[in-house]
Amino acid sequence: MQLWLIPVLPLAGFALNGLFGRRLSKALINAIAVGSVFLSFLWALKTLNALGAFSGGLETAYREHYYTWIQSGAFRIGADFAVDRLTAVWLMIVTGVGFLIHVYAVGYMAHEGGYYRFFAYLNLFMFFMLVLVLGANFLLLFVGWEGVGLCSYLLIGFYFLEKFATDAGNKAFIVNRIGDFGFALAIFLIGVHFGSLDFATVFGSVKSMGIETQAGWITAIGLLLLVGACGKSAQIPLYVWLPDAMAGPTPVSALIHAATMVTAGVYMVARSADIYLHSTISLNIVAILGIATAFFAATIGLAQNDIKKVFAYSTVSQLGYMFVGLGVGAFSAGVFHVMTHAFFKALLFLGAGSVIHALSGEQDLQKMGGLAKKIPITCLTLFCAGVAIAGIPPFSGFHSKDAILAAAYEHSPWIYWVGVFTAGMTAFYVFRALFLAFFGEYRGSIGQGAHANSPSHADHGHGHGGIHESPAVMWVPLVILALLSLAGGYIDIPQFLAPMFGEAHEGEPWLMYVSVAAGVLGIGLAALLYLAAPTLPEALARIFSVAYRWIYNKYYVDEFYDSVIVRPVIDGSREVLWRAGDVGVVDGAVNGIGNAARAAGSLLRLAQSGYIRSYAAWVVAGSILVIALMGLRGGAR
Amino acid sequence: MDQILFLIFAAIAVICAINLVLQTHPISSALSLIGVMGALAVLYLLLGGEFIAAAQLIVYAGAIMVLFVFVIMLLNAGAEQKVKRRVWTRWSGAPLLLGFVGLMAYVVQVLLPPSSGIRFGSFLQGGPQTIGTRLFTAYLLPFEITSILILIAIIGAIVLARKEID
Amino acid sequence: MPPLPFTGPTPLSWYLILSAILFGLGVAGFLFRRNLITVFMSIELMLNAVNLSFIAFSYKLNQNDGHIFSFFVMVVAAAEAAVGLAIILTVFKNRQTLEIDEVSSLKN
Repeated sequence: MQLWLIPVLPLAGFALNGLFGRRLSKALINAIAVGSVFLSFLWALKTLNALGAFSGGLETAYREHYYTWIQSGAFRIGADFAVDRLTAVWLMIVTGVGFLIHVYAVGYMAHEGGYYRFFAYLNLFMFFMLVLVLGANFLLLFVGWEGVGLCSYLLIGFYFLEKFATDAGNKAFIVNRIGDFGFALAIFLIGVHFGSLDFATVFGSVKSMGIETQAGWITAIGLLLLVGACGKSAQIPLYVWLPDAMAGPTPVSALIHAATMVTAGVYMVARSADIYLHSTISLNIVAILGIATAFFAATIGLAQNDIKKVFAYSTVSQLGYMFVGLGVGAFSAGVFHVMTHAFFKALLFLGAGSVIHALSGEQDLQKMGGLAKKIPITCLTLFCAGVAIAGIPPFSGFHSKDAILAAAYEHSPWIYWVGVFTAGMTAFYVFRALFLAFFGEYRGSIGQGAHANSPSHADHGHGHGGIHESPAVMWVPLVILALLSLAGGYIDIPQFLAPMFGEAHEGEPWLMYVSVAAGVLGIGLAALLYLAAPTLPEALARIFSVAYRWIYNKYYVDEFYDSVIVRPVIDGSREVLWRAGDVGVVDGAVNGIGNAARAAGSLLRLAQSGYIRSYAAWVVAGSILVIALMGLRGGAR
Repeated sequence: MDQILFLIFAAIAVICAINLVLQTHPISSALSLIGVMGALAVLYLLLGGEFIAAAQLIVYAGAIMVLFVFVIMLLNAGAEQKVKRRVWTRWSGAPLLLGFVGLMAYVVQVLLPPSSGIRFGSFLQGGPQTIGTRLFTAYLLPFEITSILILIAIIGAIVLARKEID
Repeated sequence: MPPLPFTGPTPLSWYLILSAILFGLGVAGFLFRRNLITVFMSIELMLNAVNLSFIAFSYKLNQNDGHIFSFFVMVVAAAEAAVGLAIILTVFKNRQTLEIDEVSSLKN
């Protein structure tokens, strides 16, 4: 079935664009980059069709073995790809939404420098993400995991001349590394305990073990895997990189930090469902962590003024929802939410990119307003995404969020109530952003002689002379994503994944009504505050100034991390490791050897006095010594 | 008679050697050295080395020392300047030397087995014919090599001491 | 009549002691004189002492190999004297001095 073609096609795109892109025309770069992803999408479709995924087949995983990668005694790791229903979902999301975002990026990046580099990195990302989901053992998953982290770093720091962009890239990579450390420890434990890293072997062994209710090996593995997932999927406490990652170009935010890379953690937990199902402690912690993150991030999103930051915190919050779904045992509900989230979040980001493009780089919501007439297609598609994320039936977000909340209520009612409240907040802040951007008076300065000067979009100042709609290459993907956001709820993922995770059970109807009501309430409140009474938010902010200040400054988490972790590490590194260790000990030793040699040399040099008589004296002394020795040892026998 | 002859010429040799070391002007040292060589030639005769005694006088005293004297006169080397020496160095040289020699003498006496001694005329292999035969049969190779050595020495001396041709 | 003193054969050790004395004097002159030519002559004195030792042992062993050694020593001494005096001439030409302490450009 040649599964390897699915990742290798984007890899070929990366190689061609990376090596030769400098000399290729823009049209050719587009063709290679977008074409490779499109071909990968088609090939994935063909493969899944042949495996019968769309017609009820693919009950068990289909594996392809390429070669034995590591062989060490009894420990074998092969380079294997496997496709089962879970992988199929991700394949469609990654290649499909990825393709749409590639098309969008052709228009968005049209005036940027480093064009071929951008698409090369984007293709490389697709390659690693596909390796991640196709891998049939933990090591290949980890390879893809690390690779997408690398591409995320490269793409966040794409505008590498801006310091805050490179700082954001560093932050993303370093925080991810902490998660990767946990993931690596988990892999070691799995290898030690199950003797193999292959999914089939490991999960087969786990299924035959009992369920651990106390702390034990499986719990340890589950928790360490969760640490990795926290890093990659931006859960507490390792979410801090995701808002800063908005420094990258908007298509990157859409693809990597909304639809695909951040869902890698969800994929990994879903894949290791058997491990989590056998350790109640870790499964509970997944759920608690998820709901805490969802709530926490939603509160921060209420007060942000940068449109991309609002959506970034929204992503963190929705990822929390997915983890709740996994944590209460409704794995298929969590995966369902991954898919619907990919549609509407990618749409939100791409739409935000369209707004930013129209405003020539402005990202501050306080400087937008009244754009509905000027960029109607963007406005309409963004509102489609808004109703989807708010959970209004019959749109996609409603189906997936309802599935999660219903399962949460069965597991622990308090999670349900917090989730409902968070849903209300979600609806509120998304519609706040949309109302601020598209309605009311225009508060910006374009068209009045001055160019908006936003540092995060440095090279984008091309004077179009006014606010205008994006080109077709940008709004067509928006429309497609809008259609998917509206209708995607009817792709019955829970049913599709039932052979793997069990049947989903319907909750009671009143749960559904309450959550929808929360969403409608959120939208209403946003309309009140930002459409009907625009002065009210300021008054509220003044009244609740302390709380407002806390959520506006993201609870000062970054500052806390900086003082507690970052500064001590940097200072310790500089003073102890560098000054004392490297310069003092190592350089001291090496230079010390040199100095010792020089000292010894200058000591020996005193024998070279240049006086013949002293040489003669040494000769005589030496010969007396030799003769004495010879005499003592019995003469010249 | 052997002993008396030995003692006389040994004394001459030693006195001339001391003179060599103590004199300040090099020409005096050179003449003392000729005296030493003469005394040694007689001692070689006592030991039966007729050829060597003759060679000593002809080659050593007659050619090499003449060369020394030529060079001393050519360079017009003056007497050495007196140098200020610390007291203990000035007075420790002779006793140290005497002590060293005494020690050597004692060692030699003790280690050597008593033997019959040297008589003039007992050694018969020191004549030119015997030495020559030995030289050209058993020691032929060293002989040829020394001839090359002398050639090299000649070339070296000429190269080192010539005037530069401008 | 008791044998008169100083008659009879001379012991071998006396020759060796004489050789040692001459050698020691040669070393003393080599170390303590400051004129180049005098140093050179001390070297010749040492060589002579060694020659005496060779001849004495040659008598003792009743072979004439010692004489041959001594002959070669003389040849080498001649060559060495020739080249050495040429060097002394060159040194004098360049430095106008025969002080051994002044010829110390190779210091350190």
